[in-house]
Amino acid sequence: MIANYLATGAFYVFAAVLLASAAMVVTSRNPVYAVLFLVLAFFNAAGLFLLAGAEFLAMLLVIVYVGAVAVLFLFVVMMLDVDFAVLRSGFQRYAPVGVLVGVVLLAELGLVFGTWTTSGLAQSLRASPMPDSVTNTEALGRILYTDYVLLFQAAGLVLLVAMIGAIVLTMREKKSSRHQIIAKQIARNPADTLVLVNAGLGEGINILGIRRPLPPPGKVVHGDHGHGHDDHDAHAPEPHVHGDH
Amino acid sequence: MQPWLVNYFPILVFMAIAVVIAGAMLGGSLLAGWQKPYAEKLSAYECGFEAFDDARRRFDVRFYLVAILFIIFDLEVAFLFPWAISLGHIGMFGFWSMMGFLGVLTIGFIYEWCKGALDWE
Repeated sequence: MIANYLATGAFYVFAAVLLASAAMVVTSRNPVYAVLFLVLAFFNAAGLFLLAGAEFLAMLLVIVYVGAVAVLFLFVVMMLDVDFAVLRSGFQRYAPVGVLVGVVLLAELGLVFGTWTTSGLAQSLRASPMPDSVTNTEALGRILYTDYVLLFQAAGLVLLVAMIGAIVLTMREKKSSRHQIIAKQIARNPADTLVLVNAGLGEGINILGIRRPLPPPGKVVHGDHGHGHDDHDAHAPEPHVHGDH
Repeated sequence: MQPWLVNYFPILVFMAIAVVIAGAMLGGSLLAGWQKPYAEKLSAYECGFEAFDDARRRFDVRFYLVAILFIIFDLEVAFLFPWAISLGHIGMFGFWSMMGFLGVLTIGFIYEWCKGALDWE
């Protein structure tokens, strides 16, 4: 009995916080705060899903929407170069268009609610939302991969398109900095690059010349360095300093 | 109310405690603290020197790419959970259906690997 009251109370708390944070999403001036309120709204919607019996959907909402989509929104908002003065300056100009779009959306919502009908099946489903023997996730799994296989594969293709699209749109071919090839670093033999030289007293770097790392394989090493060390192709093809030449 | 919802009661208690503690901290400092803000106190602290510019600068688009690739693989994993626990019922067809799905996404994964989208310069 008390559990029922608790569930009802939790429903009202979740619903109230959800509505309040949804209102804050659209009214808050700072877009970053708007995204954070969106995260709060997602959490409360997950709570409502849980109360409605959709356990898997609730967890999915937390993992996918809070964990990934909200982070993406934050990145997008931060990429927008938020300048509040500029953001507000266009308000007067764009207000008529915004009002027009809002009115159209409101009319569409009105049409949707006007033609709302409830199927007779829904009433009986409401009385027994789900069988007790099968958990929510398992019930979903039993039909998703067999009965709805085409939609499932289409979802895979949509994800593939999204992946390739994101790469094509945002990848820059030109690498501006040198990046690390870890396999090469590990495969590197110290004997190839490190050499011990006996320098006489007072000779120092002017006699031995400056040594450079190995050039990448395949590049032609020109010039004879004639130092007699077995690392003598360790000089880069670019011009280098030789104190003794 | 669902009977298994009782299992989530500890989480509800935890959330209530978290809300109370957070509210007590913020509300307590708001009520008991002596608020005396001035321009110098509210300015950004930049270890000694004046702040060079605004903290809100454009992010590199590569963060966005990493985030969107993360979402895609996150969704892929989300599809794996119901499959894993109902594998006994859906048989070989269900198994190969998931293998096809994973194969399609593996093509994308190989593509992004070869493109170098996962490398951070």
